[in-house]
Amino acid sequence: MSKQLLLGDEAIAQAAIDAGLSGVYAYPGTPSTEITEYIQASAEAKERNIHSRWCTNEKTAMEAALGMSFVGKRALVCMKHVGMNVCADAFVNAGMTGVNGGLVVLAADDPSMHSSQNEQDSRFYGKFAMVPIFEPSNQQEAYDMMYNAFEFSERTGEPVLLRVVTRLAHSRSGVVRKAMKPQNEISFPKDPKQFILLPANARVRNRNLIAAQKSFVEESASSAFNAFVDGSDTSLGVIACGIGYNYLMENFSEGINYPVLKISQYPLPVDQIRAMAASCDALLVIEDGQPFVEEQLTGLLEPSVKIKGRLDGTLPRDGELTPDNVGLAFGFKPKSTFTIPSVVQMRPPALCQGCGHRDVYEALNEVVREYADYKVFSDIGCYTLGAMPPFRSIHSCVDMGASITMAKGAADGGLFPSVAVIGDSTFTHSGMTGLLDCINEKSNVLIVISDNETTAMTGGQDSAGTGKIEAICLGLGVEPEHLRVVVPLKKNFEEMKTMIREEINYNGVSVIVPRRECIQTAAKHRKQAAKQ
Amino acid sequence: MKIDIILCGVGGQGILSIASVIAEAALKNGLYMKQAEVHGMSQRGGDVQSNLRISDKPIYSDLIPKGEADVVISLEPMEALRYLPYLSKEGTIVTNSATFENIPDYPQKEEILSQIEKMPSKVIFDVDQVAKEVASARAANIVLLGASIPFLGGISYDMVQQGIRDIFGRKGEAVVEMNLKALAAGKAVADGMK
Repeated sequence: MSKQLLLGDEAIAQAAIDAGLSGVYAYPGTPSTEITEYIQASAEAKERNIHSRWCTNEKTAMEAALGMSFVGKRALVCMKHVGMNVCADAFVNAGMTGVNGGLVVLAADDPSMHSSQNEQDSRFYGKFAMVPIFEPSNQQEAYDMMYNAFEFSERTGEPVLLRVVTRLAHSRSGVVRKAMKPQNEISFPKDPKQFILLPANARVRNRNLIAAQKSFVEESASSAFNAFVDGSDTSLGVIACGIGYNYLMENFSEGINYPVLKISQYPLPVDQIRAMAASCDALLVIEDGQPFVEEQLTGLLEPSVKIKGRLDGTLPRDGELTPDNVGLAFGFKPKSTFTIPSVVQMRPPALCQGCGHRDVYEALNEVVREYADYKVFSDIGCYTLGAMPPFRSIHSCVDMGASITMAKGAADGGLFPSVAVIGDSTFTHSGMTGLLDCINEKSNVLIVISDNETTAMTGGQDSAGTGKIEAICLGLGVEPEHLRVVVPLKKNFEEMKTMIREEINYNGVSVIVPRRECIQTAAKHRKQAAKQ
Repeated sequence: MKIDIILCGVGGQGILSIASVIAEAALKNGLYMKQAEVHGMSQRGGDVQSNLRISDKPIYSDLIPKGEADVVISLEPMEALRYLPYLSKEGTIVTNSATFENIPDYPQKEEILSQIEKMPSKVIFDVDQVAKEVASARAANIVLLGASIPFLGGISYDMVQQGIRDIFGRKGEAVVEMNLKALAAGKAVADGMK
């Protein structure tokens, strides 16, 4: 077949479709969003009736995918790295249950935090759950790994973790497709106890999983994705993981004399690493993310083996790998370059002109400043940009849903007024349970659900709560007279201010829902309507 | 043949469309290519850039090393300066002179333009103006692409024209024609500056 120009994310999506996928389950998150979007837009996926609707959060996604695996079908779960925290309970226990149909968990890590709040490395989760991990070095390898991963999962009986980084997910390259496979027929687990993790069953499953580790290491040692190329200069052995391999080869385009072990499948092929360590004076580990392999080596190798990498400063301890910092690790002199003139200013992202969140923050700022000690806890989404000038409206952004629960804790601690600002999609993702805590204790908080009827930051995906926000709040027990809706527009500025003031002064749980569609999705919808 | 291109501008200006036209042209002609881009938070009016690498041999890194870009193509003059450390000492800047001022501390336009004038090799003109005159303001990115063609190494004018037909074809013949006009206008500007 001819080459197709695909993002790393799109290559993974196409491979999943080609490999007999029956359902993708995901919550949007940069840099993973395009996988599910590609499947949603795919005519082939539609024809084959592949499930692709967005889920409420990563935990519901992971569990639904496990259910699909239970009935023998092939399922894919996609998320950004911090989504692994949300679904960790389901993920780690999916390692315990194992699978029936092939199950692939895709985690897209974001070293350098281009669009994230940390740079946690998902490979630790894979090791924690004791499941095999794949880490492609390029788009074609991403396709090939995904294409084989369902069968690998079915053969080993375990879910597999596919870990990519931003630079692979969001980079395009020519990719060659393979033949399409049929979807699995429905079938049930052979062992009726497999998915019942009562302690007695779980102990058996745990021992089986531990026993399987040896075969996983053998799989890694014989994997085509892991390759050892010997070299004459044994002063250094290089272990290059995932995309780190590309930066290595970029620096040695004329050929490399050091022995190189390319790692793209885990658990680590221990014997190969020990053999390389025995023949080399030192080892250099090149891995994007945290020092996952480097830390393991200290336990695998004799203390006399010198290990270089992110921990000893040969590579930077944080931030993504680049061809430049990998070159520096080999002592290559950087090229002389032009410098950025001092006249150049930073251009940070900002809320769009005309965005409803702007009107919310303008009104909120005026009212809260009437109080001596106020704090505004916020959340993950476009409205996090309310931290930037000219607004400077918010005092926290931690994890999905934390605005409501942090506001509650702060109110418990004596703060007044204690305000939360959360978006509609983040509210249904992880804010609803926190609201129930507030209601059960009649906490003195004001919760602003700034509803733009979409998941805006990631590009305008469907939001699970659209049209249901008031019903959810009332159902959880918000008092009807303290659940108020307003359209955030200039002309309603005074109305919004009065509403905010009144609800701050109410000693209990208040919810204000400023609702106006995201101007980006509204423009898209107008365009679509004009076409019809 | 090997060419490394930095494309840059402000979120929403359409640099990714330039990237996809060149990339399509390269792939059609049997070349290897990699194109890394920025999604997510920075698209909200922040600075955006894309690394585009084309070669007749396999390419490893998705990112261009510092000092190795053959050309910086920018839809905004201050953004062109931001990526100077990536430009090779023999490289060229092709940039719009029209500023996009969405930050309170945007510098004096004259200061920006005088910095660009200092560069040994550059093409600078009001891309927005040319786009409005010959096609539509929305085609500014394609005008800029046209002006970049002399600096794209093995990527010829014909190849880029075909790339435009491939990328915009599904939007209809009128959109294709408009973009081809914009491309020709941009190329004419660059040719006139030689």
